[in-house]
Amino acid sequence: MSLLSTENVIKKYANHLALDKVSISVEEGHIFGLLGPNGAGKTSLIRIINQITAPDEGKVYFKGNVLSLKDISQIGYLPEERGLYKKMKIGEQAIYLAQLKGMPKHEAVEKLKSWFRKFEIQDWWNKKVEELSKGMQQKIQFIVTIVHEPKLLIFDEPFSGFDPINANLLKSEILNLKAAGSTIIFSTHNMSSVEELCDEIALISNGKTILNGSLFDIKNQFKPNIFEIQFAKSFNKMEFAMNSFFDLLSVEHQKNDIISTKVKLKENATTNDLIQIGLKAGTILSFNEIIPSMNDIFIDIVNQQGKKQTA
Amino acid sequence: MNKILFILQREYLTRVKKKSFIIMSFVGPLLMAAMFVIPVLVATMEDDEQLKIAVLNEGDTYKDKLKNTEAINFEYVKNKSLEQLKADFFKKEFDAILSIPSDLESSPDKLTIYSENQIKLSTLSYISNSLEDEIEAKRMSIKGINKEMLDSIKTDLSINTITWNEEGEENESSTELSMAIGFISAMIIYMFIFMYGAQVMRGVMEEKTGRIVEIIISSVKPFELMMGKILGIALVALTQFALWIVLTFAIVMGANFAIASGDKQPTITELSQGTSTANVEQMLEKSDSGMAGIMKKIYNLPYGMILFSFIFYFIGGYLLYASLFAAIGGAVDNETDTQQFMLPITVPLILSIIMVQAIIQNPNGSIAFWFSMIPFTSPIIMIIRVGFGVAWWEMALSMFLLIITFIGTTWVAAKIYRTGILLYGKKVTYKELWKWLKY
Repeated sequence: MSLLSTENVIKKYANHLALDKVSISVEEGHIFGLLGPNGAGKTSLIRIINQITAPDEGKVYFKGNVLSLKDISQIGYLPEERGLYKKMKIGEQAIYLAQLKGMPKHEAVEKLKSWFRKFEIQDWWNKKVEELSKGMQQKIQFIVTIVHEPKLLIFDEPFSGFDPINANLLKSEILNLKAAGSTIIFSTHNMSSVEELCDEIALISNGKTILNGSLFDIKNQFKPNIFEIQFAKSFNKMEFAMNSFFDLLSVEHQKNDIISTKVKLKENATTNDLIQIGLKAGTILSFNEIIPSMNDIFIDIVNQQGKKQTA
Repeated sequence: MNKILFILQREYLTRVKKKSFIIMSFVGPLLMAAMFVIPVLVATMEDDEQLKIAVLNEGDTYKDKLKNTEAINFEYVKNKSLEQLKADFFKKEFDAILSIPSDLESSPDKLTIYSENQIKLSTLSYISNSLEDEIEAKRMSIKGINKEMLDSIKTDLSINTITWNEEGEENESSTELSMAIGFISAMIIYMFIFMYGAQVMRGVMEEKTGRIVEIIISSVKPFELMMGKILGIALVALTQFALWIVLTFAIVMGANFAIASGDKQPTITELSQGTSTANVEQMLEKSDSGMAGIMKKIYNLPYGMILFSFIFYFIGGYLLYASLFAAIGGAVDNETDTQQFMLPITVPLILSIIMVQAIIQNPNGSIAFWFSMIPFTSPIIMIIRVGFGVAWWEMALSMFLLIITFIGTTWVAAKIYRTGILLYGKKVTYKELWKWLKY
């Protein structure tokens, strides 16, 4: 069941269309990746989901009903542009932000203290924000985003400013939240973390959704049907190249007498056809399908879009 | 609504707990109290040293006409010439030498005083006043006028100012008092609008440049954040104001008590009014109504009205301007960009302060009327007029216009604020602001 969905959302600004009939659907308990180049409209969409701005047309549904102000307490938002009151004590500030999300004070104190214990930062409670490093501030920011235990979490570039160790800590916390039943919208330019974390993705470019679906389906959809076959020592190139099932793209002699080849399978051919011909040509060491990374897909699609626009 | 309270509470507490607020709360009253206390302290210190003046008067024509005071001791010197005295001057027997020619009444420009250090103005005027009286008396006797005759001719006029209304109630009032109260109230309102309006602006900018704002408006509406901030800072202003009044009063009373109990010096309150006990008695003798009359005048000022309108225009003026300051803070990215938008806001404020003098001279003229109707100047102008008495319909109209305009500016400010706080790194123009209003 989808926890949050948008239906043909349109948002216009003075001189451009930020969102053009964007429809997405975020499944409950999943991590949803919201991708797109800079200025694609991701932040506009996120602000509409947070009810910071309202769509000009289209609807947003939360738990099956039209999104309304009372849902604010069930959403946690970590914006890309984030900060804290520099002169305010961390504990006080965290309580204040939790109260604004509708949490009673005593409950906020209790939950915050347990998160501070978990991150081993109890002694920061009475410090001022300006005394902390940027990475430390990001930790506080993360805690403040999730402390009211929202059903829906929105992270916009959550890993920026974290070192690899803390980024991993954060990643595992995000997976913990997912395991505990939270739904997460995750916006980032870091494609490797998308592949690690996301169940579904939507790719927005120029205000339009140009890709939408599960990570697995999309990768399948974009695989180029290229395979890598490695042979040991001898290999009959003539035998291997002359066939109607595939095109030989490259042959590469690697160290230890390993010969690596790349082929593109033709339509209607199967991997079995490929292997049968390979067996005749030499001794097969390994056989792999080349699957594109999200990074490749992203660059590919956005570039295609750009060409279409200019054409 | 509940969330506005959280915001208000934070805005209030963080500011009231600041060191600068606490320091200002004490320094302000100290400065104000100092205006009353220091003149008295100076006056008491002066008395420590008595000035010793040698008086040289050939022929003793003015002998003993200069009376010794607590500060000055006159010593008539005989058998010594001016040159001798001058030669011995640096033996420090005297602080100064006063030379009175025997025919002072016919050559008044020959009165001379010699000293090492400049003689105080008060000493000089004491000497010249005493001698002037003496010369007048001498000239009168030459012309055959006696003192009783002159006294019977002399008059001293004071005008009783009485205002009345349609119901025929008469009030004896004091123009000077009305002026003073109006002027002080106007200054306080002006100062607080500027000080705390700027605080609202800085607060908004802090949230915007510190990138806190997006987190907060994902929990509350931008309008709630803006109003919470404006109202929270209004409470800070009222707190500071109340502290100043209480502390100033306490310091003045405390100092007064300390000085008065130390020795029998005149108290601060007496001195600050420029009246020693003797003067007050003199004044009372002259005035037909006497002390009771003065009390009546003070009592007769429309205090309820003044207090009510002060609070109304204090809050109304602040709210009107604070919302505009908030809009500026939301629209710009840094302090330097605020200048171009500050100008249209500060002009009416400064204009009204410049006009204060003219309004006091003619509190019921047409300039006074119109500027007390225009909501951008009325908080300062109307409060000056209140002490002099203002028709109830003028008051009501002015207040009504202020409220309407406040609602209008808040609406406009909220629109600019709402859009501005989410735009980073963009230099905003007036044209841009106009577009935001139409979103």
